[in-house]
Amino acid sequence: MIKFFLMVNKQGQTRLSRYYEHVEINKRTILEAEVIKNCLSRSKDQCSFIEYKDFKLVYRQYAALFVVVGINETENEMAVYELIHNFVEVLDKYFSRVSELDVSFSFQLFGIAVGQTAVVCLCRSLLSSTLQYPSHAQKLKLTNFITVKREL
Amino acid sequence: MALTVVSQIFPREMIPAVLPLIEDKLQHSKEIIRRKAVQALYKFYLIAPNQVQHIHDKFRKALCDRDAGVMAASLHIYLQMIKENSSGYKDLTGSFVTILKQVVGGKLPVDFNYHSVPAPWLQIQLLRILRLLGKDDPRTSELMYDVLDESLRRAEINHNITYAILFECVQTIYTIHPKPELLEKAAKCIGKFVLSPKINLKYLGLKALTYVILQDPNLALQHQMTIIECLDHPDPIIKRETLELLYRITNGQNVIVIVQKMLDYLKESKEEYAIINLAGKIAELAEKYAPDNEWFIQTMNAVFSVGGDVVHPDIPNNFLRLLAEGFDDGKEDDQLRIYAVQSYLALLKEEDALYPQKFLQVMSWVLGEYSSLVTDVDPEVILTKLHSLLKKTFVTSETKVWIMAAVTKIASRTSSSMTVDKLIQEFSNSLDTSMRQHAFELKHLCEDKTLMKNLLPFDGSCSDIVVDASLSFLDGFVAEGLGCGAAPYKPHHQRQQEKLSQEKALNFEPYGLSFTSSVSSSAVTGRQSPAGLSFGSDTSGNSAETGHKETNTLKLEGVRKLWGKEGYLPKKESKLGKENEPQTVSCGSLLGGQMDDPPVSQSDQVASLSEEDKEKQQLASTLFTGLGSNAGVSLMGKADTATQKFKRKSKINATQSSEEASDCQNSAASDFGPLLDAVPINMEDCERSINTRLRKASLCSSDIVEDNTAFEAPLSLKTSVLDDGPSASRMSESTLFDSNIEIFQPSPSAHCESASKTPLVLCLPEELEEFTHSEVVELCQSDALALHLCKVWTDDSLLLAVFVSNKTTSACNTVNLVFEETEHFQVLESPTYQFPVIEAQSVKLCQKCVWMNKFCTQGILSGSVNYQSEMETHMDFSITLSLLDFIRPMEMTTEDFGKLWLSLSNDVKQNIKMSSSEDSLSAALNTLQQKLKLHIVDLIGE
Repeated sequence: MIKFFLMVNKQGQTRLSRYYEHVEINKRTILEAEVIKNCLSRSKDQCSFIEYKDFKLVYRQYAALFVVVGINETENEMAVYELIHNFVEVLDKYFSRVSELDVSFSFQLFGIAVGQTAVVCLCRSLLSSTLQYPSHAQKLKLTNFITVKREL
Repeated sequence: MALTVVSQIFPREMIPAVLPLIEDKLQHSKEIIRRKAVQALYKFYLIAPNQVQHIHDKFRKALCDRDAGVMAASLHIYLQMIKENSSGYKDLTGSFVTILKQVVGGKLPVDFNYHSVPAPWLQIQLLRILRLLGKDDPRTSELMYDVLDESLRRAEINHNITYAILFECVQTIYTIHPKPELLEKAAKCIGKFVLSPKINLKYLGLKALTYVILQDPNLALQHQMTIIECLDHPDPIIKRETLELLYRITNGQNVIVIVQKMLDYLKESKEEYAIINLAGKIAELAEKYAPDNEWFIQTMNAVFSVGGDVVHPDIPNNFLRLLAEGFDDGKEDDQLRIYAVQSYLALLKEEDALYPQKFLQVMSWVLGEYSSLVTDVDPEVILTKLHSLLKKTFVTSETKVWIMAAVTKIASRTSSSMTVDKLIQEFSNSLDTSMRQHAFELKHLCEDKTLMKNLLPFDGSCSDIVVDASLSFLDGFVAEGLGCGAAPYKPHHQRQQEKLSQEKALNFEPYGLSFTSSVSSSAVTGRQSPAGLSFGSDTSGNSAETGHKETNTLKLEGVRKLWGKEGYLPKKESKLGKENEPQTVSCGSLLGGQMDDPPVSQSDQVASLSEEDKEKQQLASTLFTGLGSNAGVSLMGKADTATQKFKRKSKINATQSSEEASDCQNSAASDFGPLLDAVPINMEDCERSINTRLRKASLCSSDIVEDNTAFEAPLSLKTSVLDDGPSASRMSESTLFDSNIEIFQPSPSAHCESASKTPLVLCLPEELEEFTHSEVVELCQSDALALHLCKVWTDDSLLLAVFVSNKTTSACNTVNLVFEETEHFQVLESPTYQFPVIEAQSVKLCQKCVWMNKFCTQGILSGSVNYQSEMETHMDFSITLSLLDFIRPMEMTTEDFGKLWLSLSNDVKQNIKMSSSEDSLSAALNTLQQKLKLHIVDLIGE
């Protein structure tokens, strides 16, 4: 089970967060800060899984951006690790060379609501708290749908 | 999009509303919508499994959907369902295996490939399902072997995601019924993982190994060296995982090394959660496998000092219990204790050392209990140490209390000591109240050494101390206090509840029922005149129960009113509904005067009534257990065993014969009445210690209630005529009535001879026929006169119609009917009635309206008849009147009821199984009606 999905940059600013279990808003900030602290303290040659409190963090670093997923014991770390990559690949395809700016910019562009939708659609797989593994093509179809929306 | 929203933010209450819509969407032509629908249903399943039960077969359809996306979505539901109950879905194993085969074989569209691996996450999902299905089931596992082998083979491409699949595969292989070949392959896979230079893979390998080791410890031996390497790995996460692995393979031989490693890690780690976790594991291992005492104590010391105050409270508790209870060998115990004491003394010797509070607590306990085992140390030294500890600022007050207790224990075993005296002086005026209390205790105990010795026997920690929770030893004191006019103690919540209940009682007044106010007022008087109360064995102990009971009873007033009114209506109606036929038959026969044995139809009726009786009994017992038992105690005071006996006897009597039963019932009921009234007054002195007795008594009283109701059942076979169908049933009645007359008229003499049969036909006057009424029962009879009673429930009162029939051939003069006044019932107009003359072979009717003056569940209205035939004759009779005779259904609209609902709530929870076929409203309502005995009044909306 995936508990949350975060995109945080090296400065500790959260670019995107999505929780699948209820966490209080003020606790979220604390959690995010601790998570990024944990991730930053690790070097390249250490493994990408961290045990944190009663759950595990799986993280992947893309340039200055960390994608961190919180999972519980039953989830397969490696599968989640690859899922992150899959997600980033889709973003990459859509934005043609995605960067941190795109992620934050997409929010500004669509406004929060649509931006949420965009991300929601993109990581719809992550929506229902367990993995819903979609195919590439479907994701791309969805991105097309968002493109249409943007043009409107 | 709407479906997405539904699956994300829907609250559980709204599920039924949208469920049909979503079900429709399962048939939608677009696969994405079908998939979303399945997702939404999955979400619903997670939120409220029972609400989507009926669409399980639709999930099956989704599983076979031609679009892989829909199928994949349905897998989530299955994974969840199989997790909860694997046996129910064994038949689907074949389908899952086929799907996995197709996926592995690359039969899915290319879209699903990820780095040329076909639908990896789908595979993982399927493997998990298979794992759950195949667990401990050789036959199902059989089906999977091929496909697992295939997966293992296919997943040889060197990519992360294949490792993820392999990992799942390995886990599955080790979970299902084992097959040697596959195990071998899986072991090889693990080897590959563990030996991989990639750190993530190593982690995965360790995790797999940890899992596998439960099944096959030998595998660990193969990878010994790797594991050792991992132990010294720079990455703490890897280390931790390795420790987890080691924890699993710990045994008596390797425990020292492993625990050492764990302690090392423990010392390094800073995260609280990890420390708690690890400390628990170490403590567990140490307890389980400890090779010798010294090591054990040392390890535990290390755990306590490193773990500090975050360790789980169970750890010190377990440790102390272990010390106290000891092992099988007494000598070893002593050694262990001695060692513990010595080590703690050594630890305490170091000045300025900071120890966690919990550790200090453990130390002080051990020193207090077992310091005398160590003979070569002067207790004075220990006392001094403890004293110095007490003075330290970092010691919390809780720990100080521990230390103080230790000092007390040591002091009990030594003659007077300077340190103790000093300590007493110092802390007698401490600001901390608990410390001051302990100091005073110690002081008093020091003055009385023998008491001290008795109180604190050596090694008494294991013996159970009997605690008098009811504080009955304080009774004398309390009684004295009350004698001086002190108000009885009431706990805070009770006081609050009293306030509340008073408000509540007031709320009922607009509904025009007198008894609530009387109860509340008596409750008030009860409170204001505490001196007049009879106090049981402990007034001081009346904490929880008192308040609880009071609210209970007060609430009951409200509940009962509603219940009575509500319960009355359905009872009659249902009777009318299902027993129209037998009822009329029996009523006809009864009207004909057959009083001997009830006819078969009637016994049928009784049987069918018993269901209702049960309901009544339930209600009654729930309503009155508190009341009856409580009252029993209060009335009889301490001699409540007598009450019990009496009640038991009455129960036996009741079963013997109907005559005796009625007597007994009378006595029981008359007993019951005043008891009930006594309740509010004596509410104050219900007590905890009596609780068990209360329960017994309440059992008895509920028995009585049962008896009452059972006895009442035939009485209350109401030939009820409800408003909605009076004409029909009256017609049938009258026709039967006629036929009865025909039957009986040819042989009147035969009936005359039999004393138990009435020769005369008794019928109510026209105007009374319209009301609901009971059937006619015999009250009493003599050679000349027979009295029969029929209760007529009019709108505002109970009308007693007494038939006085003259059986003789001569007229009867001046027949006087006198009802005795009781405190509960009031006979309207005058309690007497006089017939100047009753002709031979004729019936006269006397009608009396009765009101209930004072509220009671059941009461007796007795009376007598005087008449003069040849000589003056006197005859007594009694009528049992129950509360049910006086309460009437309260008419209200659904809205009114809704308003009242909250104020009268009395929650009783019950689980009802609804079979999946019952999807329609009417079917559901039917079940509810049967199971809960609900009565449908109004359907709002469609």
